Amino acid sequence: MDVLRTEFTLNDMPIEVTLPVRATLADAIRSTGATGTRVGCEEGICGSCTVLLDGRPARACLMLAAQARGREIRTVEGLAAGGRLHPVQESFRRHRALQCGYCTPGFMMLAVGLLEREPNASPERVRAVLASNLCRCTGYAPIVDAVLAAQQALAGEVI
Amino acid sequence: MRPAPFAYERVESVEEMLEALARADGEGAAVLLAGGQSLIPRLNARLVRPRRVIDIDGIAALDHLELDQELRVGALCRHWRLEEATSLDGPWAALREAAAHVGLHPVRTRGTFGGSLAHANPAAELPLAAVTYGAEIELRSRAGQRRVAAEEFFRGPHRTALGPGEAIVGARFPSPKPDGVSAFAEVSRRVVGWPLAAVCVVLHAAEGVIQGARVGLGAVGPAPRRAIEAERLLEGSALESSAIDAAAVAAARACAPAVADGVDEDTRRDMVEALVRRTLAGLAGAVW
Repeated sequence: MDVLRTEFTLNDMPIEVTLPVRATLADAIRSTGATGTRVGCEEGICGSCTVLLDGRPARACLMLAAQARGREIRTVEGLAAGGRLHPVQESFRRHRALQCGYCTPGFMMLAVGLLEREPNASPERVRAVLASNLCRCTGYAPIVDAVLAAQQALAGEVI
Repeated sequence: MRPAPFAYERVESVEEMLEALARADGEGAAVLLAGGQSLIPRLNARLVRPRRVIDIDGIAALDHLELDQELRVGALCRHWRLEEATSLDGPWAALREAAAHVGLHPVRTRGTFGGSLAHANPAAELPLAAVTYGAEIELRSRAGQRRVAAEEFFRGPHRTALGPGEAIVGARFPSPKPDGVSAFAEVSRRVVGWPLAAVCVVLHAAEGVIQGARVGLGAVGPAPRRAIEAERLLEGSALESSAIDAAAVAAARACAPAVADGVDEDTRRDMVEALVRRTLAGLAGAVW
Protein backbone atom coordinates (compact mmCIF):
# COMPACT_ATOMS: atom_id res chain seq x y z
CA MET A 1 0.00 0.00 0.00
CA ASP A 2 1.22 3.49 -0.84
CA VAL A 3 2.49 5.37 2.17
CA LEU A 4 3.40 9.01 2.41
CA ARG A 5 5.51 11.01 4.80
CA THR A 6 3.94 14.26 5.96
CA GLU A 7 5.30 16.97 8.21
CA PHE A 8 3.15 19.48 10.03
CA THR A 9 3.01 21.36 13.31
CA LEU A 10 0.88 19.90 16.08
CA ASN A 11 0.36 22.15 19.11
CA ASP A 12 3.56 24.08 18.32
CA MET A 13 5.63 20.89 17.94
CA PRO A 14 7.01 19.87 14.55
CA ILE A 15 5.92 16.32 13.82
CA GLU A 16 6.34 13.82 11.04
CA VAL A 17 4.05 10.91 10.24
CA THR A 18 4.26 8.15 7.66
CA LEU A 19 0.83 6.80 6.83
CA PRO A 20 -1.12 5.21 3.97
CA VAL A 21 -2.18 7.85 1.44
CA ARG A 22 -5.85 7.40 2.32
CA ALA A 23 -5.27 8.23 6.00
CA THR A 24 -7.04 11.36 7.23
CA LEU A 25 -5.66 14.21 9.30
CA ALA A 26 -7.60 12.73 12.24
CA ASP A 27 -5.69 9.44 11.76
CA ALA A 28 -2.42 11.35 11.59
CA ILE A 29 -3.08 13.29 14.80
CA ARG A 30 -4.20 10.20 16.70
CA SER A 31 -1.20 8.22 15.45
CA THR A 32 1.03 10.57 17.44
CA GLY A 33 -0.75 9.57 20.66
CA ALA A 34 -2.82 12.76 20.83
CA THR A 35 -6.15 10.96 21.03
CA GLY A 36 -8.15 13.93 22.32
CA THR A 37 -9.32 14.46 18.73
CA ARG A 38 -12.29 12.08 18.52
CA VAL A 39 -13.46 10.38 15.39
CA GLY A 40 -17.22 10.11 15.11
CA CYS A 41 -19.05 10.02 11.81
CA GLU A 42 -16.09 10.36 9.44
CA GLU A 43 -18.25 12.29 7.01
CA GLY A 44 -18.05 15.83 8.37
CA ILE A 45 -21.44 15.86 10.08
CA CYS A 46 -20.77 15.38 13.80
CA GLY A 47 -17.79 17.65 14.37
CA SER A 48 -16.16 15.60 17.12
CA CYS A 49 -12.86 15.68 15.18
CA THR A 50 -12.82 19.50 14.85
CA VAL A 51 -9.31 20.95 15.16
CA LEU A 52 -7.81 24.35 14.36
CA LEU A 53 -6.12 24.51 10.98
CA ASP A 54 -3.98 27.65 10.80
CA GLY A 55 -6.32 29.10 13.43
CA ARG A 56 -9.64 28.18 11.83
CA PRO A 57 -11.87 25.29 12.84
CA ALA A 58 -11.81 22.40 10.37
CA ARG A 59 -12.95 18.79 10.27
CA ALA A 60 -9.89 16.54 10.69
CA CYS A 61 -11.85 13.67 9.07
CA LEU A 62 -12.38 15.66 5.86
CA MET A 63 -8.71 16.18 5.04
CA LEU A 64 -6.15 13.68 3.93
CA ALA A 65 -3.15 13.55 6.23
CA ALA A 66 -1.04 14.54 3.22
CA GLN A 67 -3.02 17.77 2.88
CA ALA A 68 -1.81 18.93 6.31
CA ARG A 69 1.73 19.31 4.99
CA GLY A 70 3.26 22.49 6.38
CA ARG A 71 0.09 23.51 8.22
CA GLU A 72 -0.35 24.45 11.89
CA ILE A 73 -2.75 22.18 13.70
CA ARG A 74 -4.05 22.76 17.21
CA THR A 75 -5.98 20.20 19.19
CA VAL A 76 -7.51 20.00 22.66
CA GLU A 77 -4.12 18.87 24.01
CA GLY A 78 -2.76 22.31 23.19
CA LEU A 79 -5.34 24.27 25.20
CA ALA A 80 -4.20 23.96 28.82
CA ALA A 81 -0.99 25.81 29.62
CA GLY A 82 1.24 25.82 32.67
CA GLY A 83 -1.01 23.37 34.52
CA ARG A 84 -4.02 25.65 34.07
CA LEU A 85 -7.07 24.86 32.03
CA HIS A 86 -7.87 27.16 29.11
CA PRO A 87 -10.80 29.50 29.96
CA VAL A 88 -12.99 27.54 27.53
CA GLN A 89 -12.13 24.26 29.29
CA GLU A 90 -12.68 25.83 32.71
CA SER A 91 -16.03 27.18 31.56
CA PHE A 92 -17.16 23.81 30.19
CA ARG A 93 -16.35 22.27 33.59
CA ARG A 94 -18.13 24.98 35.54
CA HIS A 95 -21.24 24.91 33.35
CA ARG A 96 -21.38 21.10 33.19
CA ALA A 97 -21.28 21.38 29.42
CA LEU A 98 -20.46 17.72 28.96
CA GLN A 99 -21.76 14.36 30.01
CA CYS A 100 -20.12 11.53 28.09
CA GLY A 101 -17.48 13.94 26.80
CA TYR A 102 -17.03 12.43 23.36
CA CYS A 103 -17.97 15.62 21.49
CA THR A 104 -16.25 17.93 23.97
CA PRO A 105 -12.80 18.39 22.35
CA GLY A 106 -14.46 19.20 19.02
CA PHE A 107 -16.79 21.73 20.62
CA MET A 108 -13.90 23.31 22.50
CA MET A 109 -11.78 23.74 19.37
CA LEU A 110 -14.80 25.15 17.51
CA ALA A 111 -15.34 27.63 20.36
CA VAL A 112 -11.67 28.58 20.71
CA GLY A 113 -11.40 29.15 16.94
CA LEU A 114 -14.46 31.39 17.01
CA LEU A 115 -13.52 33.38 20.13
CA GLU A 116 -9.94 33.98 18.98
CA ARG A 117 -11.02 35.35 15.62
CA GLU A 118 -14.24 37.03 16.73
CA PRO A 119 -13.91 37.98 20.40
CA ASN A 120 -17.02 40.15 20.13
CA ALA A 121 -19.21 37.56 18.43
CA SER A 122 -22.86 38.11 19.30
CA PRO A 123 -24.76 35.38 21.18
CA GLU A 124 -26.60 34.66 17.91
CA ARG A 125 -23.31 34.23 16.10
CA VAL A 126 -22.00 31.94 18.84
CA ARG A 127 -25.12 29.80 18.58
CA ALA A 128 -24.94 29.68 14.78
CA VAL A 129 -21.32 28.51 14.85
CA LEU A 130 -21.94 25.97 17.64
CA ALA A 131 -24.71 24.51 15.46
CA SER A 132 -21.87 23.03 13.36
CA ASN A 133 -21.27 20.24 15.91
CA LEU A 134 -23.45 17.57 17.47
CA CYS A 135 -23.85 16.65 21.15
CA ARG A 136 -26.23 13.84 22.03
CA CYS A 137 -26.13 14.34 25.82
CA THR A 138 -26.45 17.90 26.98
CA GLY A 139 -29.12 19.46 24.82
CA TYR A 140 -26.67 22.24 23.89
CA ALA A 141 -27.87 24.89 26.35
CA PRO A 142 -24.98 24.29 28.81
CA ILE A 143 -22.50 24.34 25.90
CA VAL A 144 -23.81 27.70 24.69
CA ASP A 145 -23.73 29.01 28.27
CA ALA A 146 -20.16 27.78 28.72
CA VAL A 147 -18.92 29.42 25.54
CA LEU A 148 -20.65 32.74 26.28
CA ALA A 149 -19.16 32.73 29.80
CA ALA A 150 -15.72 31.87 28.40
CA GLN A 151 -16.07 34.82 26.04
CA GLN A 152 -16.54 37.08 29.07
CA ALA A 153 -13.60 35.47 30.87
CA LEU A 154 -11.33 35.91 27.84
CA ALA A 155 -12.38 39.56 27.49
CA GLY A 156 -11.47 40.07 31.16
CA GLU A 157 -8.05 38.52 30.61
CA VAL A 158 -7.27 40.87 27.75
CA ILE A 159 -7.89 43.85 30.02
CA MET B 1 -15.01 4.13 6.72
CA ARG B 2 -11.98 4.47 4.51
CA PRO B 3 -11.77 5.12 0.79
CA ALA B 4 -10.90 2.29 -1.55
CA PRO B 5 -7.16 2.40 -2.23
CA PHE B 6 -6.01 5.03 -4.70
CA ALA B 7 -2.78 6.42 -6.05
CA TYR B 8 -2.11 9.92 -4.74
CA GLU B 9 -0.46 12.74 -6.63
CA ARG B 10 0.05 16.29 -5.43
CA VAL B 11 0.37 19.07 -8.00
CA GLU B 12 1.61 22.60 -7.36
CA SER B 13 0.62 24.46 -10.53
CA VAL B 14 -2.20 24.64 -13.08
CA GLU B 15 0.10 23.19 -15.72
CA GLU B 16 0.97 20.22 -13.52
CA MET B 17 -2.72 19.70 -12.79
CA LEU B 18 -3.62 19.64 -16.49
CA GLU B 19 -0.72 17.28 -17.24
CA ALA B 20 -1.79 14.95 -14.47
CA LEU B 21 -5.41 15.05 -15.67
CA ALA B 22 -4.40 14.33 -19.25
CA ARG B 23 -2.17 11.45 -18.16
CA ALA B 24 -4.84 9.98 -15.91
CA ASP B 25 -7.50 10.27 -18.55
CA GLY B 26 -6.59 6.97 -20.11
CA GLU B 27 -6.96 5.13 -16.81
CA GLY B 28 -10.34 6.73 -16.19
CA ALA B 29 -11.64 7.51 -12.74
CA ALA B 30 -9.14 10.14 -11.67
CA VAL B 31 -10.55 12.89 -9.47
CA LEU B 32 -9.32 16.32 -8.49
CA LEU B 33 -9.21 16.83 -4.73
CA ALA B 34 -9.34 20.43 -3.49
CA GLY B 35 -10.89 21.23 -0.08
CA GLY B 36 -12.45 17.77 0.01
CA GLN B 37 -15.59 18.79 1.91
CA SER B 38 -17.84 16.95 -0.54
CA LEU B 39 -15.36 14.58 -2.14
CA ILE B 40 -13.86 13.02 0.99
CA PRO B 41 -17.24 11.89 2.40
CA ARG B 42 -18.00 10.41 -1.02
CA LEU B 43 -14.62 8.66 -1.09
CA ASN B 44 -15.13 7.37 2.47
CA ALA B 45 -18.56 5.99 1.60
CA ARG B 46 -17.01 4.54 -1.58
CA LEU B 47 -19.61 6.31 -3.70
CA VAL B 48 -16.62 7.19 -5.87
CA ARG B 49 -13.66 4.84 -6.25
CA PRO B 50 -11.07 6.68 -8.31
CA ARG B 51 -7.83 4.95 -9.16
CA ARG B 52 -6.00 8.23 -8.80
CA VAL B 53 -6.54 11.30 -6.63
CA ILE B 54 -4.90 14.46 -7.91
CA ASP B 55 -4.51 16.86 -4.99
CA ILE B 56 -4.81 20.46 -6.20
CA ASP B 57 -5.35 21.93 -2.72
CA GLY B 58 -1.97 23.68 -2.72
CA ILE B 59 -2.06 25.46 -6.11
CA ALA B 60 -1.54 29.00 -4.82
CA ALA B 61 -2.31 30.59 -8.21
CA LEU B 62 -5.94 29.42 -7.98
CA ASP B 63 -6.57 30.82 -4.50
CA HIS B 64 -7.64 34.40 -5.22
CA LEU B 65 -10.54 36.82 -5.04
CA GLU B 66 -10.31 40.05 -7.06
CA LEU B 67 -12.91 42.78 -7.39
CA ASP B 68 -12.56 45.69 -9.80
CA GLN B 69 -14.82 46.21 -12.82
CA GLU B 70 -15.75 42.56 -12.51
CA LEU B 71 -15.32 39.94 -9.82
CA ARG B 72 -12.89 37.10 -10.38
CA VAL B 73 -13.04 34.14 -8.05
CA GLY B 74 -10.30 31.51 -8.19
CA ALA B 75 -11.25 27.84 -8.09
CA LEU B 76 -9.48 27.44 -4.74
CA CYS B 77 -10.98 30.49 -3.07
CA ARG B 78 -12.25 29.19 0.29
CA HIS B 79 -15.82 29.94 1.27
CA TRP B 80 -14.71 31.91 4.33
CA ARG B 81 -12.95 34.43 2.10
CA LEU B 82 -16.16 35.27 0.28
CA GLU B 83 -18.06 35.20 3.57
CA GLU B 84 -15.67 37.69 5.18
CA ALA B 85 -15.12 39.95 2.13
CA THR B 86 -16.66 43.20 3.38
CA SER B 87 -16.07 44.76 -0.06
CA LEU B 88 -18.85 42.49 -1.33
CA ASP B 89 -21.77 44.74 -0.48
CA GLY B 90 -24.66 46.32 -2.37
CA PRO B 91 -24.97 44.47 -5.66
CA TRP B 92 -22.55 41.78 -4.39
CA ALA B 93 -24.13 41.25 -0.97
CA ALA B 94 -26.13 38.24 -2.15
CA LEU B 95 -22.95 36.42 -3.22
CA ARG B 96 -21.40 36.99 0.17
CA GLU B 97 -24.59 35.86 1.89
CA ALA B 98 -24.73 32.76 -0.32
CA ALA B 99 -21.17 31.85 0.72
CA ALA B 100 -22.10 32.31 4.38
CA HIS B 101 -24.81 29.66 3.95
CA VAL B 102 -22.53 26.96 2.53
CA GLY B 103 -22.26 23.88 4.73
CA LEU B 104 -21.03 24.56 8.27
CA HIS B 105 -18.56 27.03 9.74
CA PRO B 106 -15.64 24.52 9.80
CA VAL B 107 -16.54 23.32 6.29
CA ARG B 108 -16.14 26.90 5.03
CA THR B 109 -12.54 26.85 6.30
CA ARG B 110 -11.66 24.22 3.70
CA GLY B 111 -14.37 24.14 1.05
CA THR B 112 -13.55 25.80 -2.27
CA PHE B 113 -15.52 27.79 -4.81
CA GLY B 114 -14.45 25.54 -7.70
CA GLY B 115 -15.22 22.43 -5.68
CA SER B 116 -18.76 23.61 -5.05
CA LEU B 117 -19.29 24.31 -8.75
CA ALA B 118 -17.80 20.98 -9.81
CA HIS B 119 -19.82 19.01 -7.26
CA ALA B 120 -22.97 20.66 -8.70
CA ASN B 121 -25.38 19.75 -5.94
CA PRO B 122 -28.74 21.18 -7.10
CA ALA B 123 -29.23 22.75 -3.64
CA ALA B 124 -25.79 24.35 -3.44
CA GLU B 125 -25.64 28.09 -2.81
CA LEU B 126 -22.64 29.15 -4.93
CA PRO B 127 -23.87 27.55 -8.18
CA LEU B 128 -27.14 29.42 -7.60
CA ALA B 129 -25.24 32.69 -7.15
CA ALA B 130 -23.16 32.00 -10.29
CA VAL B 131 -26.30 31.47 -12.35
CA THR B 132 -28.08 34.52 -10.92
CA TYR B 133 -25.15 36.88 -11.49
CA GLY B 134 -24.55 35.52 -15.00
CA ALA B 135 -21.04 34.32 -14.15
CA GLU B 136 -18.83 32.61 -16.69
CA ILE B 137 -17.02 29.50 -15.51
CA GLU B 138 -13.44 29.30 -16.77
CA LEU B 139 -12.31 25.84 -17.77
CA ARG B 140 -8.83 24.71 -18.72
CA SER B 141 -7.47 21.56 -20.26
CA ARG B 142 -4.21 20.75 -21.95
CA ALA B 143 -5.96 21.55 -25.24
CA GLY B 144 -6.76 25.11 -24.19
CA GLN B 145 -9.33 27.10 -22.31
CA ARG B 146 -12.97 28.02 -22.68
CA ARG B 147 -15.63 29.90 -20.78
CA VAL B 148 -19.06 28.50 -20.17
CA ALA B 149 -22.01 30.54 -18.92
CA ALA B 150 -23.08 29.27 -15.51
CA GLU B 151 -26.59 28.67 -16.86
CA GLU B 152 -25.15 26.18 -19.34
CA PHE B 153 -22.55 24.75 -17.00
CA PHE B 154 -25.00 23.08 -14.61
CA ARG B 155 -26.69 20.25 -16.49
CA GLY B 156 -28.42 18.43 -13.66
CA PRO B 157 -27.71 16.88 -10.26
CA HIS B 158 -23.92 16.46 -10.08
CA ARG B 159 -23.72 16.91 -13.86
CA THR B 160 -21.78 19.75 -15.46
CA ALA B 161 -20.33 20.82 -18.78
CA LEU B 162 -16.82 19.71 -17.68
CA GLY B 163 -15.28 17.51 -20.36
CA PRO B 164 -12.54 14.87 -20.03
CA GLY B 165 -9.25 16.40 -18.99
CA GLU B 166 -10.90 19.70 -18.07
CA ALA B 167 -10.71 21.53 -14.75
CA ILE B 168 -12.38 24.64 -13.36
CA VAL B 169 -9.80 27.38 -12.77
CA GLY B 170 -12.21 30.12 -11.69
CA ALA B 171 -15.20 32.24 -12.59
CA ARG B 172 -15.80 35.79 -13.77
CA PHE B 173 -18.81 37.65 -12.49
CA PRO B 174 -19.70 40.62 -14.70
CA SER B 175 -20.14 43.79 -12.73
CA PRO B 176 -23.75 44.52 -11.80
CA LYS B 177 -24.78 48.18 -11.95
CA PRO B 178 -22.90 49.95 -9.14
CA ASP B 179 -26.08 51.22 -7.50
CA GLY B 180 -27.60 47.75 -7.60
CA VAL B 181 -28.87 45.85 -4.60
CA SER B 182 -29.06 42.13 -3.92
CA ALA B 183 -30.29 39.57 -1.44
CA PHE B 184 -30.05 35.85 -0.74
CA ALA B 185 -32.31 33.73 1.44
CA GLU B 186 -33.00 30.06 1.95
CA VAL B 187 -35.20 27.71 3.95
CA SER B 188 -33.61 24.69 5.59
CA ARG B 189 -34.55 22.39 8.42
CA ARG B 190 -31.51 23.41 10.47
CA VAL B 191 -29.27 26.48 10.31
CA VAL B 192 -26.55 24.26 8.91
CA GLY B 193 -28.59 22.09 6.55
CA TRP B 194 -29.00 21.95 2.80
CA PRO B 195 -31.75 24.31 1.72
CA LEU B 196 -35.17 23.01 0.69
CA ALA B 197 -35.49 26.21 -1.33
CA ALA B 198 -33.08 29.10 -1.99
CA VAL B 199 -33.50 32.43 -3.73
CA CYS B 200 -30.90 34.91 -4.99
CA VAL B 201 -31.99 38.34 -6.27
CA VAL B 202 -30.01 41.15 -7.92
CA LEU B 203 -31.78 44.39 -8.89
CA HIS B 204 -30.94 47.83 -10.09
CA ALA B 205 -33.25 50.79 -10.25
CA ALA B 206 -33.26 54.33 -11.64
CA GLU B 207 -35.56 56.95 -10.14
CA GLY B 208 -37.48 54.30 -8.28
CA VAL B 209 -38.12 52.09 -11.31
CA ILE B 210 -36.52 48.65 -11.68
CA GLN B 211 -34.29 48.66 -14.76
CA GLY B 212 -32.88 45.18 -14.44
CA ALA B 213 -33.82 42.19 -12.32
CA ARG B 214 -32.28 38.78 -11.85
CA VAL B 215 -34.08 36.18 -9.79
CA GLY B 216 -32.37 32.81 -9.29
CA LEU B 217 -33.92 29.73 -7.71
CA GLY B 218 -31.95 26.89 -6.09
CA ALA B 219 -32.78 23.46 -4.64
CA VAL B 220 -36.11 23.33 -6.46
CA GLY B 221 -35.05 21.69 -9.72
CA PRO B 222 -32.26 19.55 -11.19
CA ALA B 223 -29.98 22.62 -11.37
CA PRO B 224 -30.17 26.26 -10.27
CA ARG B 225 -32.00 28.43 -12.79
CA ARG B 226 -33.41 31.91 -13.27
CA ALA B 227 -37.10 32.70 -13.02
CA ILE B 228 -37.33 34.67 -16.25
CA GLU B 229 -41.03 35.50 -15.99
CA ALA B 230 -40.56 36.88 -12.47
CA GLU B 231 -37.68 39.04 -13.73
CA ARG B 232 -39.84 40.37 -16.58
CA LEU B 233 -42.64 41.28 -14.16
CA LEU B 234 -40.24 43.21 -11.95
CA GLU B 235 -38.59 45.22 -14.70
CA GLY B 236 -40.41 48.52 -15.19
CA SER B 237 -42.16 48.21 -11.84
CA ALA B 238 -41.52 50.35 -8.77
CA LEU B 239 -41.21 47.21 -6.64
CA GLU B 240 -44.64 47.96 -5.22
CA SER B 241 -46.39 45.17 -3.36
CA SER B 242 -48.47 44.10 -6.35
CA ALA B 243 -45.30 43.69 -8.44
CA ILE B 244 -43.63 41.75 -5.64
CA ASP B 245 -46.66 39.47 -5.36
CA ALA B 246 -46.77 38.85 -9.08
CA ALA B 247 -43.05 38.05 -9.22
CA ALA B 248 -43.27 35.71 -6.23
CA VAL B 249 -46.16 33.78 -7.76
CA ALA B 250 -44.39 33.61 -11.13
CA ALA B 251 -41.19 32.31 -9.51
CA ALA B 252 -43.11 29.61 -7.65
CA ARG B 253 -44.80 28.60 -10.87
CA ALA B 254 -41.46 28.48 -12.70
CA CYS B 255 -39.84 25.80 -10.57
CA ALA B 256 -40.21 22.04 -10.56
CA PRO B 257 -39.17 20.82 -7.11
CA ALA B 258 -39.13 17.11 -6.36
CA VAL B 259 -40.53 15.57 -3.21
CA ALA B 260 -37.53 15.37 -0.88
CA ASP B 261 -36.93 15.05 2.82
CA GLY B 262 -40.63 14.41 3.26
CA VAL B 263 -41.46 17.85 1.91
CA ASP B 264 -43.88 17.82 -1.00
CA GLU B 265 -43.72 19.80 -4.20
CA ASP B 266 -46.41 22.33 -3.26
CA THR B 267 -44.77 23.15 0.05
CA ARG B 268 -41.46 23.80 -1.67
CA ARG B 269 -43.21 26.05 -4.19
CA ASP B 270 -44.72 27.93 -1.26
CA MET B 271 -41.21 28.32 0.17
CA VAL B 272 -40.01 29.84 -3.11
CA GLU B 273 -42.93 32.24 -3.17
CA ALA B 274 -42.29 33.29 0.44
CA LEU B 275 -38.54 33.70 -0.14
CA VAL B 276 -39.01 35.80 -3.27
CA ARG B 277 -41.54 37.98 -1.46
CA ARG B 278 -39.23 38.32 1.56
CA THR B 279 -36.06 39.16 -0.39
CA LEU B 280 -37.84 41.68 -2.64
CA ALA B 281 -39.65 43.34 0.25
CA GLY B 282 -36.31 43.62 2.05
CA LEU B 283 -34.81 45.37 -0.98
CA ALA B 284 -37.77 47.69 -1.59
CA GLY B 285 -36.49 50.22 0.92
CA ALA B 286 -33.14 50.40 -0.84
CA VAL B 287 -34.72 50.95 -4.24
CA TRP B 288 -37.09 53.77 -3.31
